[in-house]
Amino acid sequence: MSEIKYSKEHEWIKLEGDIATIGITKHATEMLGDIVFTELPEKGSNVEKDGTAGVVESTKAASDVYTPVSGEVVDLNQSIVDDPSKINQDPENSAWFFKLKIKDKSEMDTLMNKDEYDKFAKESSA
Amino acid sequence: MDTKKTSLYQLHQDSKAKFVEFAGYQMPIQYSEGIVEEHRFTRNHSGIFDVSHMGQLFIYGQEDLADDLERIFPLDLKNLKLNHSKYSFLMSDNAGIYDDLIITKIKDGFLIILNAACKENDFKILKELLNDKYKMILDEERSLIAIQGPKSVEILKSVIRGVENLNFMSGNWFTLDDHNIYVTRSGYTGEDGFEVSLTNEFADGFTRRLIDKGAKLIGLGARDTLRLEAGLCLYGHELSKDKTPVEANLKWAISKERILKGNFIGSDIITKQLNNGVSKIRVGIKPEGRIIAREKTKIYNESNLEIGEITSGTFGPSVNGPVAMGYVENEFSKKNTKIFLEVRGKKHPATICSLPFYKKSYVKGVN
Repeated sequence: MSEIKYSKEHEWIKLEGDIATIGITKHATEMLGDIVFTELPEKGSNVEKDGTAGVVESTKAASDVYTPVSGEVVDLNQSIVDDPSKINQDPENSAWFFKLKIKDKSEMDTLMNKDEYDKFAKESSA
Repeated sequence: MDTKKTSLYQLHQDSKAKFVEFAGYQMPIQYSEGIVEEHRFTRNHSGIFDVSHMGQLFIYGQEDLADDLERIFPLDLKNLKLNHSKYSFLMSDNAGIYDDLIITKIKDGFLIILNAACKENDFKILKELLNDKYKMILDEERSLIAIQGPKSVEILKSVIRGVENLNFMSGNWFTLDDHNIYVTRSGYTGEDGFEVSLTNEFADGFTRRLIDKGAKLIGLGARDTLRLEAGLCLYGHELSKDKTPVEANLKWAISKERILKGNFIGSDIITKQLNNGVSKIRVGIKPEGRIIAREKTKIYNESNLEIGEITSGTFGPSVNGPVAMGYVENEFSKKNTKIFLEVRGKKHPATICSLPFYKKSYVKGVN
């Protein structure tokens, strides 16, 4: 069983065992517009919960990507660096950003479930 | 102060625009298809831009008006033919740019198109410089609609017959359903196109007719990527009170005749800069890879010395890569000079390049 949670910074996180896959939500891509540049953290580096772990830029502006949990970066999705428009096309599936080997599963408890996030996204864009 | 709305506000809303406040107006930044698609549609087909926030200043007068305006603008206005347009600047005594503008000779005087954020101030400056001698109207009763891109001539001529005969940077009056419309062949995208001045009450219906013919509304977001690829300056970014037309690399817009005679506002500085050169100058900049260097990004030379700053930078959809403009010290302004751009604390390689980034070949299709 995998568990998907969401952050207030509009990242999604899917946990399978102790490996978390992280990306940005569809709502985030709609706010950003056409994404034209992506920067990912370095493989092997350690990232801290709520710290920056990449950048996405749209034609309009640059935005930091935050990691909702702490861990070691074990995999990167090079295809979204080569073609950032993939993020707009399939943000919550094939256009994941990076995978972490997480340290502390309890960090997941601070995040929102789908219903909570949808409500949050609706309110924050109102 | 309340933000103003243009006559097309309802149409923008109907077209699912995302709005942004720009120069005191609620303007569409993009519509549902997004900036990249709107950009491409303009390059390949025909885009409609609501530029009604821009100032349309009518100044009425005859030969003495041309004389007086020549003391203000570095142009040969006495010899400007009826319905012909020139790009120019309103400058301070130090040749700093208050605004960049298009001035067109019309039957009873001149029509000057001004930037939205500058128009009120321009009006005040011009009124004072002209000693209140002429009737001046900053016309709020008229809208301005641009239609840009390769299919624009076909679309516009199907609505206003005869526009296809206009040459680049010239205009004329046309009549449509008893409305007087002034059309110029000009624009801000690097594409063939027109700018249409018409009464506010006719603007919505007219624009819907262009949409029915296949043109699409395009927001300010794509307007910015289009003009940047075309190497065109945006006031408040490339141009400001601290920059002169020579520094902005726009000396082509200054009449050579007028330079010889001097006697326009800022002419001393302009002449000096043309003779002695400038210390900083506007250039095109092509970052390597995909990194986007936005406004205020610092520019370094190969010895790590700061040599300038980016004034506009984005991703160019038609170039399929990042593009930027900025000012660098003159000795580093040569084409192909290697430079470095500091983005998020890291220095990224880039090259000085010639403008525009995107050039259209205006060859007509062969049947």
